[in-house]
Amino acid sequence: MTSVILTTTARLLHPVLLITSIFLLLRGHNEPGGGFSGGLVAASAFALHAMAHDARQARRALRIDPHVLIGVGLLTALSAGVMSLAAGAPLLTGLWTSVHMPGLGEWAIGTPLLFDVGVYLVVVGITLLIILCLSEAE
Amino acid sequence: MATWLLSTFVLAALAPWLHRLLRAATPWVLATYAAAMAVHLATWAPQVADGATPRVAWTWAAALGIEFSLRLDGWGLLMAIVISGVGATILLYGGGYLAGDRRLGSFYMFLLLFMGSMLGVALADNLLLMFVFWELTSLSSYLLIGFDHERPAARAAALQALLVTGLGGLALLAAVVLMGVAGGSYEFSSLLSRGDAIRGHASYPAIIVLVLLGAFTKSAQFPFHFWLPNAMQAPTPVSAYLHSATMVKAGVFLLARLTPILGGTAAWQVPLMLAGGATMLLGAVMALGSDTLKRILAYSTVSVLGTLTMLIGVGTPAALHAAVVMLLAHALYKGALFMIAGAVSHATHEYEPERLGGLARIMPWTATSAGLAALSMCGLPPAFGFIAKEAFYESTLGASGWSTWLTSAAVLGNVLLFAVALRVGVMPFTARATQATTDAHEVSLTLWLGPALLAAIGILIGLSPAVCDARLVVPAGAAIGAGETPPRLALWHGVGPALYLSGLTVAVGCAAFAMRRAARLAGIALRKPAAWGPESWYHGCVAGMNAVATWQTRVLQNGYLRVYLWTTLVTAVGLVGYALLRGADLTDLPLSWDLHAGETVVCALILLATAAAVRARARLAAIALLGAVGYGVALIFVFFGAPDLAMTQFLIETLLVILFVLVFYHLPPFVIYSELAARTRDAIVATAFGGMMALLVMAIGGGHDGPRVSDYFAERSLGDAHGRNVVNVILVDFRAIDTLGEITVLAAAAAGVYALLRLRGGRARLPRIAVEPRTTIGSAKRERAETAGT
Amino acid sequence: MIPLAIVVGGLYAAALYLIGRRSIVKLVIGLALLGHASNLLIFSAGGVTRGRPPLIRPGDEALIAPYADPLPQALILTAIVISFGVLAFALVLVHRAYTAVGSDDVDAIRTTDA
Repeated sequence: MTSVILTTTARLLHPVLLITSIFLLLRGHNEPGGGFSGGLVAASAFALHAMAHDARQARRALRIDPHVLIGVGLLTALSAGVMSLAAGAPLLTGLWTSVHMPGLGEWAIGTPLLFDVGVYLVVVGITLLIILCLSEAE
Repeated sequence: MATWLLSTFVLAALAPWLHRLLRAATPWVLATYAAAMAVHLATWAPQVADGATPRVAWTWAAALGIEFSLRLDGWGLLMAIVISGVGATILLYGGGYLAGDRRLGSFYMFLLLFMGSMLGVALADNLLLMFVFWELTSLSSYLLIGFDHERPAARAAALQALLVTGLGGLALLAAVVLMGVAGGSYEFSSLLSRGDAIRGHASYPAIIVLVLLGAFTKSAQFPFHFWLPNAMQAPTPVSAYLHSATMVKAGVFLLARLTPILGGTAAWQVPLMLAGGATMLLGAVMALGSDTLKRILAYSTVSVLGTLTMLIGVGTPAALHAAVVMLLAHALYKGALFMIAGAVSHATHEYEPERLGGLARIMPWTATSAGLAALSMCGLPPAFGFIAKEAFYESTLGASGWSTWLTSAAVLGNVLLFAVALRVGVMPFTARATQATTDAHEVSLTLWLGPALLAAIGILIGLSPAVCDARLVVPAGAAIGAGETPPRLALWHGVGPALYLSGLTVAVGCAAFAMRRAARLAGIALRKPAAWGPESWYHGCVAGMNAVATWQTRVLQNGYLRVYLWTTLVTAVGLVGYALLRGADLTDLPLSWDLHAGETVVCALILLATAAAVRARARLAAIALLGAVGYGVALIFVFFGAPDLAMTQFLIETLLVILFVLVFYHLPPFVIYSELAARTRDAIVATAFGGMMALLVMAIGGGHDGPRVSDYFAERSLGDAHGRNVVNVILVDFRAIDTLGEITVLAAAAAGVYALLRLRGGRARLPRIAVEPRTTIGSAKRERAETAGT
Repeated sequence: MIPLAIVVGGLYAAALYLIGRRSIVKLVIGLALLGHASNLLIFSAGGVTRGRPPLIRPGDEALIAPYADPLPQALILTAIVISFGVLAFALVLVHRAYTAVGSDDVDAIRTTDA
């Protein structure tokens, strides 16, 4: 059931949604957003793609297997926690450092951000795994 | 003594390994160990006879004042020597009896486990410790009766013995606790001086009932006697050891041990005398009416256990003294006779004494031992059994009340046992040879040495009772309240009433043996009324419990999801509703309508969409309505300061609608299966639960004044975690480990979905499950298929 | 908040009624509603605050009361996503059960235990 309107909309929306998702992920620590909602937005970008074309197209657009996303996401989140162990603090203690970005001023960067990236990847992975599998099962 | 106790348990653990290492030498090694223990224990006898009671104790449960305490008094010493001495012969015999059996290693283990537990019962000073060992003997008895666990009869008998003695064990535990409360101590040694306090205590009658329950079940007293003959399913060494010489004596042992504390009252003596006397006669009659060697011996054991109980009930020094002598004599001759019966069956494959004969020439060693043991059982001089029977008669003659009744019962019981002794101990060896016995052969040394030793000891201490009198029997009697009686065991007491009664017993006993056919018929006739006896009560109880269990499983575990659900809900509504109505003043709820136009509209819309989703007939409509509910909830999150939630909810709801459409496409249309009555009932329960939840939200939603965890997060979020969005900071920093767990759950759910959808290669391998299409209650109204989507 | 309480109660009643149906499809819809009911229960149980999200405003060093409680929000946020995963699993399971058994009657599926 490919319709021209849907494919066009999907093509236009796809990059917008992806950028929005990254934006939500990055601002999540200070404003509404974060790994969960960011990941869901990214997943819906590909879900839209799958509905506009088909699941195989969506997989091609995704380039990475959802399984890999889940695995990498879990490992990222875990490694964010393990880093504090290496620093001698309890598991998952946040470590922070300040980075000076030209034109943006001081930015605090820490392991919680990395953790959130892990959450993001897992959410994208599971959502797409479920939706793509189901639509392929048709 | 603690060393012996512990080393027995250690040896039990090592026994299978030892058996693999030593093979045929194992029984000799183990028997030497047990014999060494018996000899070492015997060296304590002079000390104990002088009144010493060595005691060792370790802290066990300090908070409860419970010690791991052992104490050696005359009574415990006698029992311990019997346990280790008879145990030595049994270990030797068992090795020969089960030679070649691949489970011989575990047999040694169980037997040694039992030996250790029984020693514990004999030696424990702490009542609770004694109880632990007591239960261990029941447990090892279970393992040993059911040793041939491939036979259903053995399993049933093992379970029966465990249930009966286990139930008694529970009663005993209650008795022990009550005694501890009434006497202020759990140590036998302390309670000995507090007998008056316990006898005067309000719970004294309860203590007696519970102690008797525990002891009667263990020692197979009427009406709990039936498990003992059934326990003959055990291998013969087990029957000889546990079910004649030692374990079944534990109940009697305990009764005697408690006599100084609980005894001396009619409430204690009368039930003991009645139950003991009844058991003595019943056992003797049933022994005569039984067919197989082991069953006959089992009933005669029941009879002697009854005698011991009765003597403890009589409670005079002479009676207690007689009980000690009788216990020792019985352990010797009955242990021997059991082993001999096993050896005879081993050699002839025949189990009924009437089918045996002429074994005296073929099995000389066995026959000699049998003759000596039977002499003791008949109570003929010069065997120790004669001395025991004389002491028995003297004590019943000297009893203060009921002397005539007791003596008559004693004579009757002994007459019957006399005939039984001839039947199992003499007849198979002297009667005319039968077909079964012609190709028999003498058994190996391991099989005849043990019984020969026990029978010989029975004769030797009969010839010179002084060997054990002053050092063993008198201290044992003193420990159970017989006082300091002078040593008086002798083969020749002079002419007196007891001797006349002995003569009478022999004469009538011979006559009874001559008429054994008639006696057997009488015994067989008795089986009919016995069918309504205590054993049938046991089966009734077990069947009843099974029926209740089946019924309640059918009710609770019925496999209907909705029944589980409604049970849970109704219970929850009942309990929480009760607490709500009782705890909170419903008129004083912090209720605030506090309406805002937008919120009210959204709430109303959610409720409407929900109601419509419930009533929806078309699948697509239901999905759309479900989405509407989700968006409504997201709006509520918007109203009440939860932008993160709102955003997530919107996104998820969208994805969920896609998901539902994808799957529902493949599912059948809605069907109404339930009848209107069921639906109405469900609606009422669900509404009640919903109402309760609403009340709950109102009741707890009001306010909380104390400090909140959130305050900490609110304060530290920026400073410690560099984040202004507190919700996100909680997720990725404060409670990050929870989040880590949650994304792992997500990954697991995704893996489950993937497995269900993709690993369909297994579909062909999966057996297609046969389904009986259930006719739905009433007429399954397959509602009209939905219009769209299909 | 009486309206919220009524919504929670209504959602629970509807969810449980649907879970009690023999039609396996309705059961799944009931599960979805149960998720909403539970989330709202947690959300409203701690008391609700209007229009004050737990965001520290620029210039402030900490949240200034009154603010919506962030803890239940954090709990619910993950619960929403998890209930999505669980629901997806339930949907697929129902689908597989339907294809394997050939019936959408929970009572028919029950007999396959034996």
